Amino acid sequence: MLKVKNLHACVAENKSIKILNGLDLYIRKGEVHVIMGPNGGGKSTLANILMGRPSYEITNGEVEFNGKSILDLAPDARSHLGMFLAFQYPVEVPGVRPWQFLKASLDAKAEANREKKISVREFTKIFNQKVEEVGINSNLIKRSLNEGFSGGEKKRNEILQLQIINPLLAIMDETDSGLDIDALRIISDGINSMRSNQRSFLIVTHYQRLLNYVKPDFVHILVGGMIVDSGGPDLALKIENSGYKDYIK
Amino acid sequence: MPDIFFSHSIDQFNILFNNAKKKSFFDSKVNEIKNIAWDYFLSTGLPLHRRGNEEWKYTNLNPLSETKFTIDADIDIDFSSITKLIPFSDNWHNIVFINGNYFSKLSENSTKTNDINIVPLSSSKLPDEFATLANPDLSPFTALNTAFFSEGIIIEIPDNNKVSKDLNIVFLTSQSSENLATFPRVFLKCGENSNLNFIESYINLSSGNNLTLPVVEIVQSKNSKINHYRIQLENKKSFNIGTTRIEQKENSNFNSTTFSTAALIGRNDLHVLLQEPHSTCGLYGLYITSGDQQQDNEISTTHVKHDCTSKQFYKGILSGRSKAVFSGKILVEKDAQKTDADQKDLNLLLSRDCEVDTKPSLEIYADDVICAHGATAGNVDMNTLFYLQTRGLDLETAKEILIRGFADEILDRFSPKDLHCFLSDYIDDIIPELRDQSDTIGTF
Ligand SMILES: Nc1ncnc2c1ncn2[C@@H]1O[C@H](COP(=O)(O)OP(=O)(O)OP(=O)(O)O)[C@@H](O)[C@H]1O
Ligand SMILES: [Mg+2]
Repeated sequence: MLKVKNLHACVAENKSIKILNGLDLYIRKGEVHVIMGPNGGGKSTLANILMGRPSYEITNGEVEFNGKSILDLAPDARSHLGMFLAFQYPVEVPGVRPWQFLKASLDAKAEANREKKISVREFTKIFNQKVEEVGINSNLIKRSLNEGFSGGEKKRNEILQLQIINPLLAIMDETDSGLDIDALRIISDGINSMRSNQRSFLIVTHYQRLLNYVKPDFVHILVGGMIVDSGGPDLALKIENSGYKDYIK
Repeated sequence: MPDIFFSHSIDQFNILFNNAKKKSFFDSKVNEIKNIAWDYFLSTGLPLHRRGNEEWKYTNLNPLSETKFTIDADIDIDFSSITKLIPFSDNWHNIVFINGNYFSKLSENSTKTNDINIVPLSSSKLPDEFATLANPDLSPFTALNTAFFSEGIIIEIPDNNKVSKDLNIVFLTSQSSENLATFPRVFLKCGENSNLNFIESYINLSSGNNLTLPVVEIVQSKNSKINHYRIQLENKKSFNIGTTRIEQKENSNFNSTTFSTAALIGRNDLHVLLQEPHSTCGLYGLYITSGDQQQDNEISTTHVKHDCTSKQFYKGILSGRSKAVFSGKILVEKDAQKTDADQKDLNLLLSRDCEVDTKPSLEIYADDVICAHGATAGNVDMNTLFYLQTRGLDLETAKEILIRGFADEILDRFSPKDLHCFLSDYIDDIIPELRDQSDTIGTF
């Protein structure tokens, strides 16, 4: 589903800041991949570059999604193909209501893929149901998107969007950070309920505790802009015990 | 100091005034007020000198003084379509003026009901307070309005009346109007324990350069409540310089929301006098400018007595080479202890060449007072745009959504449903133009 080959990237405005230095990653349909790594290693940069954030420049390498090169595509076009990013720091969007926003999001996707738009009634039903499942206060969700939300509420809201947009590849950047134990449960349940042989996950996390709920197929260690080690769930346990010192020269 | 500017600013109105006088059918009492106003205007002229003149520092009125206006207007209106072009609802009590004239076809016939008394100014005995809130010598423009008004509306609400229908007054400039000057005049007195929702709009359907100089006076008696909505939808060649004065008696509540856009020079000069204790007033506004437009907001609140709460909250969206001014004054007099006053002006600047001048001015002579103010001017944030794009919205749509989101906070205060729909459609129509004139959004 996702092929990242020898990816090199730097900051667009300052090309001397090189962040990804030859990164390879291969995710097949239905797989759950976890990326761990020390702060500043380049995890968020990778996640953002996969979605097409314009502040980075790709200097070498290739990214394919379902066999198609995506590096020239705008973020919205990548979204229409079925890619999704849950942000490490979800953005506050004043005056924009989650309901309208998500409806517009689905409509844009339907239009791009020449599908029929979902009716207001059907959408409202799904929306309300997901809001309840994710455990967001229904008054909060009537207000502006993320504005004044607590850290945890913002993360729940990312999960709400994930569940409604229903992508093929969900990239989740530290969605489990800053969550209380109930929220962690909800989010894990959310991910598990969406797991299927058609949908893949790329989960960035610092904590092994998430992996008690979500069993990954692969765990990768990202240091200095490269994947320096890959393995199964045991690798996360090992990191939990001994940290990254073995990987940092 | 008679100089070339000065005489220039007087000359053309001089001719008009003599014309107007010939047609005047007012009684001697009114004519006396008019003469006083005219004399005052002769002594000041238009405020063309900006240096050292705080109130007009940011506003160049030369384009106004260089235009020759007329006060004679035809009415060319297609009634069948007109109600779609103005705020209008069958649920409201509608009063429509076209080119300065009271237009009975679109105005409710029975204007005298138990709960409200609405009379065209020309056939009404003027209330005692008329022209005392907006004194002719308040400004050259109040003077001009007073000297020139030929029609207007007097509204009186008796005590103990909750007026059930929203009152909607529309001042319309018709399609083919060119160089037309109109002087709308409204006087409203709300009795004790009475309530009213009052919509006031200035709509210009022409593409000519016209001048609209409205003056509105509102007296609020004890325990009364008014929700006021003011809409200025001009055209990019026209001038709209409005004066609104409100006096609030004890324990009254005045809420006003304005939407001002599209004038070459627009100015909303709004002053609320909190004359007696325990009153509240909330002044909200949205201004949108593009092209070469300018919109001034001269907003001021005076706290005379104790325990009053006031709020000023304005938002501006600017694009192109346009300009806006927010001048927010809060005056707290020495007897106004326990005043709670709050002021905020937030601006979204969509282009490099637009400019907003925000001038907060707080004058406080009491000691037990809470007074807060804040102002910002910023661009649409790149990070936010990316966030919306990752959800499948294209860049253009994402920008539109953010502009609209910025406007909504004020727009949503237009509570009458039909009014909200009207403005919502209007804003949706102009957003693409704002976006197209923008060069800051999408940059870092
Ligand atoms: N736009 C940018 N401009 C300058 N430096 C940047 C930019 N984006 C990322 N960096 C730098 O690149 C490095 C990698 O950042 P990134 O956010 O990808 O790390 P991370 O692995 O997600 O870290 P964390 O675990 O703390 O979230 C950091 O040193 C960061 O400061
Ligand atoms: Mg990160």
